[in-house]
Amino acid sequence: MCDTTVLRIVEKHKSDGDGIISILEDIQSKYSYLPESALKTVAEQTGKSLVDIYGVATFYRFFSLKPKGKHLINCCLGTACHVRGGQTIADEFEKKLKIKPGDTTIDKEFTFETVNCLGACALGPVTVVDGHYFSKVKTTIVKQILDEAKKGLDSIKVEGDKRIFPVEVSCTKCNHTLMDNEVIIDDFPSIRLTIAFKDKHGSLRLSGMYGSYNIVSEYEIPEEAIANFFCPHCNAEMKSPTICPECGEYMIPLMLKGGGIVQVCPRRGCKGHLLDLF
Amino acid sequence: MINITINGAVLSVEKGTTILEAAQFLGFPIPTLCHMAGLTPYGACRLCVVEIGEGSRAKLVSSCTYPCEEGMKIRTSTARVVKARKMVIELLLASCPQSKTIQDLASTYDVRQQRFKQEWETCIMCGRCVRMCHEQMTGNALGYHGRGETRTIGTPFNIKSEECRLCGGCIYVCPACQLRCTYTDKEQAICNGCVNLSLPCVEKDKFKEMMCYMDPCVACEISGTHYSNL
Ligand code: SF4
Ligand code: SF4
Ligand code: SF4
Ligand code: FES
Ligand code: FES
Repeated sequence: MCDTTVLRIVEKHKSDGDGIISILEDIQSKYSYLPESALKTVAEQTGKSLVDIYGVATFYRFFSLKPKGKHLINCCLGTACHVRGGQTIADEFEKKLKIKPGDTTIDKEFTFETVNCLGACALGPVTVVDGHYFSKVKTTIVKQILDEAKKGLDSIKVEGDKRIFPVEVSCTKCNHTLMDNEVIIDDFPSIRLTIAFKDKHGSLRLSGMYGSYNIVSEYEIPEEAIANFFCPHCNAEMKSPTICPECGEYMIPLMLKGGGIVQVCPRRGCKGHLLDLF
Repeated sequence: MINITINGAVLSVEKGTTILEAAQFLGFPIPTLCHMAGLTPYGACRLCVVEIGEGSRAKLVSSCTYPCEEGMKIRTSTARVVKARKMVIELLLASCPQSKTIQDLASTYDVRQQRFKQEWETCIMCGRCVRMCHEQMTGNALGYHGRGETRTIGTPFNIKSEECRLCGGCIYVCPACQLRCTYTDKEQAICNGCVNLSLPCVEKDKFKEMMCYMDPCVACEISGTHYSNL
């Protein structure tokens, strides 16, 4: 597979002056794992020795040298989820799938992994399946989660999602409400977030209407630009491991009052969003 | 030049000299394990600890990696050093009791017990093999995999490396493997430890600069096929 994809990735990062990690990250997002031949190509192209590259690839948990299954299950074992029984959930997945964390089932349906904090501690114990959040997971619904994942959790196409209703959200990390009664958008309290964009830094308000894309921002954000979002209370960056089904950017998770997570795309103008009512 | 004292003896050394080198120059014995002449200092085993600093600021440092500093007062065998050293040996014994090198250390430094959970590791992560391969053999075949508790040593993908020269340098320096032909049985010329190994004589065409880690190999000498006869 000394194919042009890998060569192109290496070329791109070489001209950007990036290191091995960025190259491997890109390869992994392309193939969902690091194929042996790709590592060899990287070694040849960068002039580094294969052992060193292999060392980097095995050092970080994020990298995988084994092909992944169709569905990726990420069970959180971070502190907050752990104290709420994250381990028993992980054990249940292990039992049901008959694999250890990091492994893939023989039929290549599921890959099961554990992580240390998915940035949604207030919802713990959290499990993310193919980018969809399952909050307050109990051992009894593990089987249901697997069944649903098999059926496909794929998001409703944006154009097809005509639902419009008001939502009330809070930070997935600190659980503080993000609703802002002072600024009304679409006749409803807005959602206040802190944003950083280039060297600017300020407040941004999203419409509290699910299905509306109106915003009020201190700064003009050009179309297509990607800003970083933070919770105005705990200042944690809001970034989920889920990528936007429309554009591939990492999404912003917001916790819904009453349970569930809504995720929106940080790219200005992108209408990608996901709603998981679990 | 930098002036230091080691156990009271005054010495001036060049900048960049490590404490270990200075101590060895004066003949003070410091046990080492991961350190090896010709390889870059690595500081993995902590066997070479010495005490520097005074009073409440005295501390233990690994002498093989610590460069001498002006006015430094080094003590190589205080009670604290001896205690730490024994502890290191005890820990090494706990992880790899079958190593002759570690057994010898234990007997030299009078370690008679081992109070930890007994393991039978084959590697103590001293990194000698990795450095030998990179620095002396320009092999670049060995490296570290993973991290923390689960760190291991191996070739990429843990399969035979195309870059390995089969020089055996890694095995030669390893304090844990000691895979050398021991020739204990009179009936048999070789110990047969090598049957599971890739030996240069089996794997490669003979060439003049060949090096073999089984050397001196009884089989080779008896049959007269030793590469020095080429
Ligand atoms: S035998 Fe291979 S791995 Fe060992 S030092 Fe020589 S080149 Fe390196
Ligand atoms: S294999 Fe041997 S030389 Fe290499 S790190 Fe382990 S103990 Fe040290
Ligand atoms: S010394 Fe010669 S015969 Fe013996 S193992 Fe090495 S190459 Fe083979
Ligand atoms: S600890 Fe599980 S999401 Fe933070
Ligand atoms: S010899 Fe100094 S730390 Fe191993």
